[in-house]
Amino acid sequence: MLGNGLLQGLVVTARNFIRSYFDPERLTTVQYPEERVTLPENSRSFPFLVYDGTPDNLRCVACKICEQECPPQCIYIEVERDPKTGKPVRRPRVFDIDYSVCMQCQICAEVCPFDAIKMDQVYELAGTDRFGGMLHDKAALLKSNEYYHQIRPTEADEVDARLSQSKKKVSPPIAKPAAVPPAQPVPPKTDV
Amino acid sequence: MYNFFDQLFVALGAWLVGLVVAAGNGVSKLCCGQPMSEAAAHNVAAGTQVVLICVTIYGVFALCFGLATWLERKMLARIQNRYGPNRVGPFGLLQFVADGVKMLTKEDIVPARADKLVHFLAPAIVLAPALLMFGFLPFGRNMAPTDLDTAVIAFFAVGAGSELALFMAGWGSRNKYSILGALRAVAQMISYEIPLVLAAVPVVMIVGSLSTSQIVAAQGTDSFLDVKGWFVWTPWGFAGFILFLIAATAESNRSPFDIPEGESEIIAGFHVEYSGFKFALFFMAEYLGMMAMAGLGVTLFLGGWHGPKLLPSWAWFMLKGFLIVCWLIWLRGTLPRLRVDQLMAFAWKAMLPFALFNIFATAVWFYLPKTTFLQSAVAWIITAALVVAAYLVISRFVSRRAGAPRVYRYAS
Repeated sequence: MLGNGLLQGLVVTARNFIRSYFDPERLTTVQYPEERVTLPENSRSFPFLVYDGTPDNLRCVACKICEQECPPQCIYIEVERDPKTGKPVRRPRVFDIDYSVCMQCQICAEVCPFDAIKMDQVYELAGTDRFGGMLHDKAALLKSNEYYHQIRPTEADEVDARLSQSKKKVSPPIAKPAAVPPAQPVPPKTDV
Repeated sequence: MYNFFDQLFVALGAWLVGLVVAAGNGVSKLCCGQPMSEAAAHNVAAGTQVVLICVTIYGVFALCFGLATWLERKMLARIQNRYGPNRVGPFGLLQFVADGVKMLTKEDIVPARADKLVHFLAPAIVLAPALLMFGFLPFGRNMAPTDLDTAVIAFFAVGAGSELALFMAGWGSRNKYSILGALRAVAQMISYEIPLVLAAVPVVMIVGSLSTSQIVAAQGTDSFLDVKGWFVWTPWGFAGFILFLIAATAESNRSPFDIPEGESEIIAGFHVEYSGFKFALFFMAEYLGMMAMAGLGVTLFLGGWHGPKLLPSWAWFMLKGFLIVCWLIWLRGTLPRLRVDQLMAFAWKAMLPFALFNIFATAVWFYLPKTTFLQSAVAWIITAALVVAAYLVISRFVSRRAGAPRVYRYAS
């Protein structure tokens, strides 16, 4: 009969209307500033620099591989030099990433032989200065290994295991970085 | 006590009018040394009353418009298992204030090649009929803004004015989507005006008057419950009410009859080139038109302000109107938009014959004797049988047979 389908449709919408008040499971909306979804472990936003223990003890040796590999060229690195001898020290003096240029591709994290640069999960980065405000310097980029463990525990455990193994094999603290990859092939990442 | 609340606004209005007349007398004494003449006092009182009515209608229904937008968004959200607006004010009730401020502060863009005058006038003209329509509805006992003998006709005549405004908007914008939307709007609204008016004709036939006050009076009984006389309980009244609801939905351009605005096809139809407060005026006119149509539906079929004497008469009117608005929102949350040919076919092939037959059934009801209870019951059953039979016959012609293949006349 004419109008049957209409009545059926009205019943469906009425049921949804009423049940949405009694069954909170139906409401899938997350009330954002108050509620947050826990991000999946492999979600990523921008790169950050990992340090062990204290911020002085950062893993980066200023080898500039990430700077060269970065497709949008948003990384800028200057090597720190010994003030007396003028020889380069294995530390970056300047390490800048322009988040307004970065395209969150994770290539820097993948090419880094020292597991020094990893992808962060922060997403509330809005600012009012679009020229300088998105340029993050070394101090802003440094985050502890504990933080890394916190945001993606599985990957961080893998990295820690790998690093401790390579430390055992190569006894002097300043090893040739090129020796690391053949000794320990990087296992394929699950999230790529 | 009941009478006090029932006549609260009437008394308040009379008091204000008296206040203004007294003030006028005082001014007159200061200037000329004597109070106003009888005629002058009468004119002042009448003028004050007009101003009061205008201010009240505008204030009350502008507020209702704001709350209706909130209600619509909330109900649609719940139908779709969302929260809806819940940030501004308690339960998001002040959302419409925030929206209004946003609309007011937006840039008013006029297309470079638009017909500037027509483009400018359309939003103002579209609002005028929507507001005027409220002038013909009795909101409560002794609360009719005007008591016209031809109020029903005047209501429809004024309501038809919005078509002109919509076409002005579409034409003035000089945009192909606008003009398409405007043409659709005019075609749809003129088509549905006929079933709308024909759905109201049975009521006029039975009451024998076009005055809304008399139509409401004819549905009243002196009992405490005061629901028996509503025309919606009669078979022709029920059929007329359904027809009226469908046609009113189409008249106020609401989903599923919102093809003039079809967001998915012609973006927003006639108001695609409007921004800022002009757009808000179109929006407001649409909601005011919807509420005025709901008010007329209440007046014609749901007994107007009559209802159990637990609430004041004006509260009953507003409550019934609110329920019709809720129904329209529910319908919007349920049905997808119709196609243009489906829309026209429904108006001319289903609604028009059914409305005409409903008039015939009303005539049968009118001439059947209804003095005793048995006679009334027989009259009710005969009329109901006529209406149902007409519905079944028309639905056979209109709907596709079950299982028959769908025929695409233009698409295949």
